[in-house]
Amino acid sequence: MARKTFRGGVHPEGHKELSRDASFEVYLPKGPMVYPLAQHIGRPSTPVVKKGDRVLAGQIIAEASAFVSANIVSGCSGTVKAVDRYRTIGGTYSDAIIIDNDGLYEEAPGIGKACDYRSLSNQEILDKIKAAGIVGMGGAGFPTHVKLAPKDPSAIHYVIANGAECEPYITCDDQLMRNYADEIIAGMMIILKLFPNASGHIVIEDNKPEAIAAMQKAASRIGNIKVISAPVKYPQGGERSCISLVTGIDYRISQLPADVGCVVDNVGTIRAIYKAVCESTPLMERGVTITGEAIARPCNLLTRIGVLCSELHEYAGGFRDGKQAVKMLAGGPMMGVAFDSLDVPLQKNNNALTFLQRDEVAEAEKIRTNCIRCGRCARVCPMGLTPQLMCMAYERGELDRFEHKFHGLECISCGSCTFICPARKPLTQEFKVAKAEIMAIKRAEKEKEGAKA
Amino acid sequence: MSAILIATAVIGIVGLLVGIGLVYIGNKFHVEVDERETAIREVLPGNNCGACGYAGCDAVAAAIVKGEASAAACPVGGAPVAAKINAIMGTSAEAAARRVAFVRCGGSCEHTSAKNTYIGIRDCRAAALAGMHPWKCDYGCMGYGSCAAVCPEDAISVVDGVAVVDKEKCVGCGLCAKACPKNLIELVPYEQHVFVRCRNTDKGKDVKAACDVGCIGCRLCTKQCESGAVTVDNNLAHIDPSLCTNCGKCAEKCPQGTIATGV
Repeated sequence: MARKTFRGGVHPEGHKELSRDASFEVYLPKGPMVYPLAQHIGRPSTPVVKKGDRVLAGQIIAEASAFVSANIVSGCSGTVKAVDRYRTIGGTYSDAIIIDNDGLYEEAPGIGKACDYRSLSNQEILDKIKAAGIVGMGGAGFPTHVKLAPKDPSAIHYVIANGAECEPYITCDDQLMRNYADEIIAGMMIILKLFPNASGHIVIEDNKPEAIAAMQKAASRIGNIKVISAPVKYPQGGERSCISLVTGIDYRISQLPADVGCVVDNVGTIRAIYKAVCESTPLMERGVTITGEAIARPCNLLTRIGVLCSELHEYAGGFRDGKQAVKMLAGGPMMGVAFDSLDVPLQKNNNALTFLQRDEVAEAEKIRTNCIRCGRCARVCPMGLTPQLMCMAYERGELDRFEHKFHGLECISCGSCTFICPARKPLTQEFKVAKAEIMAIKRAEKEKEGAKA
Repeated sequence: MSAILIATAVIGIVGLLVGIGLVYIGNKFHVEVDERETAIREVLPGNNCGACGYAGCDAVAAAIVKGEASAAACPVGGAPVAAKINAIMGTSAEAAARRVAFVRCGGSCEHTSAKNTYIGIRDCRAAALAGMHPWKCDYGCMGYGSCAAVCPEDAISVVDGVAVVDKEKCVGCGLCAKACPKNLIELVPYEQHVFVRCRNTDKGKDVKAACDVGCIGCRLCTKQCESGAVTVDNNLAHIDPSLCTNCGKCAEKCPQGTIATGV
């Protein structure tokens, strides 16, 4: 019998061999640390330190400013150099807290204090997660304390740990599962405590046998946590792909995971929850893969959030043979975004820096032709959308049709359609622009209504 | 022969009945339209560009009659149309000065240089969304012409990587200003011809590194100005058109050539 999986999907080359067996190296940054105030979904945080203040590692330097927002914690000790505009890895500018790292890594009081989660109430657990500034570390950066507090916790039946890591090149979650399986399982137990009716599921793609074995071993002691190996297919690590795989529910559009009784968290996020609740250590550290053909020494690092990418790049040996990379990506080649300067800080949601020698996007642009309506994009779309029609609607400026007829806002920007398109059309980018425009119009309308009321 | 006569009679009678029916229904469902609305609709330009903020010329005409919009609501028509509308509405004429778009960037290819190669949709908004800015100056015109694409009058062209407005063609609808992801375009009085061609708020040193004609915030211009129209705020000069006399002294002294006359 064929194994369960989601519909659609593509098979890009994995390239994981570059870094998959490189064990985690702990790297404590030496240079300045920069914390953009907008590195999560939601309102930017409000700084609570000012120029000249001394901060300690683990100290909250910016607080959540709204319900959907997150604290930011310093990963080093030192003095605040400035609260100023700084370039972010996304290419935009954001206000950021810049800290002169003194290299001592002096920790704030109370960090590392052991704590038994069973003695805490659910609210106390959520408060700890909120204080730790944890956001989704798989890429989107949605504040975790919001995700873990749905309206009706008893309606959640599945807690899914997402360790699929389907994006090519990236291997940090693989390493995380191999090395910190026990911590991830403990993190799962904490989440399961919040949802009394739920069982735990860990989704891992077949190409990570060591991680599957490690997680199975760690999970074997616990009754209601199951490891599920998934076929290697992109985007298996998409939230909805994971849900389809685990529950067999055929997702209807405009449903949230909580609507179908699911909570999906990246394994990195789950480990961060364990660290925050059981070790009183806020989100300072994350795993990151430095990889690509253009890097001298592809590696997996456990480093502090806020470190400048130039430092990580240097630590990984710089460019291979001194040859400048043709393309630098935050994330992998499917969903990652290109950046042009290494003088940008690593954010909570950056799982990899990929340095490529070939720019396939540029090559594709040269051989771009018109859509021949072959329908391959519709066949691979994991959301069951029709990219060719969405593309036509966008190109004609029919945003209304894009949104309501073709459900364009359901697009998860996974890039499968662009990957498969024989005409090499930049579908995903078009959809990103269209979605941004629709959201901007909606925001403007909301503001107008707010002004009237 | 009689077949033809019968057919003619049938068609004729049916036609008569339908005609009577139509006249009756037309009277029954007659909607009273303010004739001023029709009159206003006729004097409006009829582009349906939407620059007034209404769905089109019909909508703004209705809004003017209802008193929701002012007689000068149409930015495209400007003063002449406003005067005609005032005549129709019997209101007093408000003088609406003609305004045109101006792109606050002078950083063409010869003044700044490329920072990266952006590959993707040739659209400023798409590039901005991808966090890509092709030139060293992050504030300046990207040159992919999103403004030119939305201009209903074909008044904008991209010259040497910077959008330039033909102020004779420009009708001041402001659609380009909304389209620009860098907020570079502003509406200025038609008569104004001294401009700060920059929007970079970085410190002087950084600006110099990025562009030859960027404003470094040196404040020489403020010292020249006799009418107090030029101010420097956040490392960037700004000219207040309501005070400016277009004397051009600030432009003469500007060490970077950021302030230009006669553009």
